[in-house]
Amino acid sequence: MSLDTSLDSKHALRAARLTELRRFARRFLRNPLGVLGLVIVLLLLFTAAFAPLLATHDPYLPTLAARLSAPSAEYWFGADELGRDIYSRLVYGSRLTLLIVGLVIVTSAPIGLVIGAISGTAGGWVDAIFMRITDVFLSIPKLLLALAFVAALGPGIFNAALAITLTAWPPYARLARAEALVIRNADFVNAIRLAGASEARIVFFHIIPMCLSSVIVRMTFDMAGIILTAAGLGFIGLGAQPPLPEWGAMISTGRKFIFDQWWVATIPGAAIFIVSLGFNLLGDALRDLLDPHLRQRN
Amino acid sequence: MSKLVDIENLRIAFRTDEGGWKEAVRGVSFSLGREKLGIVGESGSGKSLTGRALLGVLPSYAKMSADKLSFDGIDLTSASPRLRRSLRGGRMGMILQDPKFSLNPVMRVDEQIIEAIRIGDRRMSRRDATKRAIETLEQVHIREPARVASLYPNELSGGMGQRVMIAMMLVREPDLLIADEPTSALDVTVRTQVMSILDELVTRRGMGLIFISHDLKLVSKFCDRVIVMYAGRIVETIAADRLHEATHPYTQGLLSCMPTVDGPLEPLPILQREASWA
Repeated sequence: MSLDTSLDSKHALRAARLTELRRFARRFLRNPLGVLGLVIVLLLLFTAAFAPLLATHDPYLPTLAARLSAPSAEYWFGADELGRDIYSRLVYGSRLTLLIVGLVIVTSAPIGLVIGAISGTAGGWVDAIFMRITDVFLSIPKLLLALAFVAALGPGIFNAALAITLTAWPPYARLARAEALVIRNADFVNAIRLAGASEARIVFFHIIPMCLSSVIVRMTFDMAGIILTAAGLGFIGLGAQPPLPEWGAMISTGRKFIFDQWWVATIPGAAIFIVSLGFNLLGDALRDLLDPHLRQRN
Repeated sequence: MSKLVDIENLRIAFRTDEGGWKEAVRGVSFSLGREKLGIVGESGSGKSLTGRALLGVLPSYAKMSADKLSFDGIDLTSASPRLRRSLRGGRMGMILQDPKFSLNPVMRVDEQIIEAIRIGDRRMSRRDATKRAIETLEQVHIREPARVASLYPNELSGGMGQRVMIAMMLVREPDLLIADEPTSALDVTVRTQVMSILDELVTRRGMGLIFISHDLKLVSKFCDRVIVMYAGRIVETIAADRLHEATHPYTQGLLSCMPTVDGPLEPLPILQREASWA
């Protein structure tokens, strides 16, 4: 008997959680722009994952006869100055874009999160030192700082990602600190402290998980910025190096032909625009759903 | 009876806006064996602060001094933060007021209890800890402990939440439990149930209990001894079953403010404070 009821209630519990998930999905679907953003992002992921299957040409193989040819059935988005298919380069470039975004996100968000959470929880002089360092990084324009780093480290994809990371973590630190300041006074933090937890355990197992939802929202917004910064670095020749099909670098080479062969620069530009827009729309929709500060209102 | 807690002349002060210090606890002294001690007093009388001082979780801006503050022979005033942390949870625990806020909202019940176990005993395997957590839930009279263990705190009722909190603090079998108004966020029917569970566990394990409350009736029912605090001082210490014989006018005043079923149908008296009490 008791076994049966416990099994029943287990099912009921699972059903309740599924309902909750479905409600979340429904609320997300109610936002058409958010869905558009999600579609764009999924499309980007799909393209990157199946690039070899989707590409019609070798992205690196020059075909001098087809130099700067206009969009056609053979070259869907035209060919660049070395006769490489722009569509195929775009498809392969999505991998580079995702690589940079991924590298920056997995490094900058945790750095910011840890610094912010420690700072907010500890308070006092720890907070003062961490936050003044953060202020220094925040006070210098992002691209300028990234430029200086790349110039010092040498151009390249990984150095570009590193440089962007160094400029991208401060907002996360600020955000995590603000959350930590509230959470550290919560009773459940006191309770676990009363159970003998160390301050490190409190920060890593109790404060940081509570900061995550704000950080995730911020992350999706940041992705657009990271893509733009990466493209910017590529454009001035400090990011990905030729012959890598990085979108920013592609615009840069296409710049020379912009009046006669507009597609060489415009197509990768449009790709950057659409992908950034997608991440922004997705971020906006996620914020509406996840941000604990907005949640009460709807 | 060996002394579990010995406090002499405990003082806790906070800085005021004018730059001076205002004492919130002014020379509190008492000792506790393996018994149930109730501390009653109005809001701001320093009863929670006394409990927190014992555990070493006062806010950093509070200034504390004591001639003696010892737990089971360990001098707490000179103990390192590390030692004090190892005492917390393992040898003394505290139950907070409202289970709605005192359980981590994003952790399942079993995870929280397991964490409490593993803070004390890192070598215990996850499976053993899980088993232990479920046993403890059973001890606080939770039906279907295995199911409740996988719930999140928002899926619990208030009484269940407080019992989970008690389980979390008792799982490492501390010698002293401080309960800071453990039932004031619960409704009356659940209150008695939670109190009797607490009473049962404390009595069976022979622990010391400091029960902080402003509910005189509850305290006199469950405790052996009652300390009455007023404005940061102990005004009276009395055996719980002799509470009606209290001599201090403040205690008498508090007692006469409580309605009784067969009392006279007149408005209850209002407590008249006298400057000399402070």
